[in-house]
Amino acid sequence: MLTSKATSDPRLPSNIFLHSNFRENTERMAGDLELKLLGSWASPFAMRARIALNLKGVGYELLKEVSGTKSELLLKSNPVYKKIPVLIHHGKPICESMIIVQYIDEVWAAAGPSILPSDPYERAIARFWIVYIDDKWFPSSLRTLRGLNEEAKAEAEEQLANALPLLEDAFPKCSKGKDFFGGETIGYLDIALGCYLGWIKAIEKMTGIKALDEAKTPTLVGWAERFCSGDAVKEVMPEADELIEFTKLIQAIMNAAPGRQNMHVSKNDR
Amino acid sequence: MAKAEVKLLGTWSSPFVLRIKWALKMKGVEYDFIEEDLQNKSPLLLKYNPVHKKVPVLVHEGKPIAESLVILEYMDETWKENPILPEDPYQRAMARFWSKFGEEKCLPSIWRVFISQGENTEEALVSASENLKILEGELKGKKFFNGETLGFADISLGWIVNMVILLEEIMELKMIDDQRYPSLSAWMKNFSNFPGIRDSFPPQERMLTKYRILREALLATRGTN
Repeated sequence: MLTSKATSDPRLPSNIFLHSNFRENTERMAGDLELKLLGSWASPFAMRARIALNLKGVGYELLKEVSGTKSELLLKSNPVYKKIPVLIHHGKPICESMIIVQYIDEVWAAAGPSILPSDPYERAIARFWIVYIDDKWFPSSLRTLRGLNEEAKAEAEEQLANALPLLEDAFPKCSKGKDFFGGETIGYLDIALGCYLGWIKAIEKMTGIKALDEAKTPTLVGWAERFCSGDAVKEVMPEADELIEFTKLIQAIMNAAPGRQNMHVSKNDR
Repeated sequence: MAKAEVKLLGTWSSPFVLRIKWALKMKGVEYDFIEEDLQNKSPLLLKYNPVHKKVPVLVHEGKPIAESLVILEYMDETWKENPILPEDPYQRAMARFWSKFGEEKCLPSIWRVFISQGENTEEALVSASENLKILEGELKGKKFFNGETLGFADISLGWIVNMVILLEEIMELKMIDDQRYPSLSAWMKNFSNFPGIRDSFPPQERMLTKYRILREALLATRGTN
């Protein structure tokens, strides 16, 4: 349940997030590494960084940004975009989710499986699809489908319907018969696409549109199930119902008091 | 240098293709250039970039790579001579960040200046200048975004040099002056003078003609705006 908290500040570093398999080492490491992530529970982009850190078994401090507000740390760490996620490593900020993921893969190359493929051509293919997903339309389509403009929704639905079969088609070439785009383990493209699955499920429930359809893209449906049940993913993937509540809350705020940006919406245990 | 087969599908004027030409030159890679007519796309282009049907496409040993920034990363991983990305992971993240900023913010805002007229130009210039100030701030004290030598971010942002020169000439205004943007102005000169860069610039007169016509056509279709 979402709660509105008037008193305690969720931006206080009360949440040392540790991947359960590596608790002993990372308890010590969290302080040594000086690794913080500015994020929020509903953000698919923040989720990308968290999945990557989980895959590497790296401990970090999660600083939760509150919807509708931007902390001083965020404004200082990402003055250009003022957006999450921001990874702060030894005091140095890294911005843009897929740049963060690649940074994590490079710094902790020796820990855990490789996130990016090792072959340059396969890396190029993964990067190509990530540009397709992120730069073209995915985030804006999902935002539109959550909204109230019916005409725009129809167009967004069509875009999604055109794009997913391409990814369905790309899957066997990338995975080479294994479980993920990245092969045996979750990789760069899996993270880039998979982070949207919570929102996709929420939208399917809200609109009745079947975005990921067993009949049209069965491979992606299978992949989505495997992705969401992965250890590195399940604890950071929001539930569809939580996201629906969140959307309704935001819409209610927008309708009730246009321009009022300060509603404090947080989810405690994330 | 590598004897492997390298082809570049592109056009003579595309700034995105130019990035790849610069990188190929810096790395001393020989290649075949295939000029595409974007009004009449070749079967080769449609085969190599079925998703977007755009240039540039780099074809290496028969395998196509599309999206210019993706191609640059591939090139740096494949041809180790004159690396364009730094070794340090943090510096690499910064290079990628500035490259993305150029693409997502600077390019559209400068383009909006180019396709504006009258009062809208003033407004568009203000918007573009916000982004240019950010670049100026990042450059301060550095010869290139990459430091002493040209790198990934410089190649990614290099379109600014050509685009701004064209825009300033066609629209008869000054967008990057050395009073407001001393570092950026110096960077434009340093970039142009870097070995191999200027030779690859498309012919200036031909570009001016093309972009003048393009601008007129775009302004005409937007009506009296």
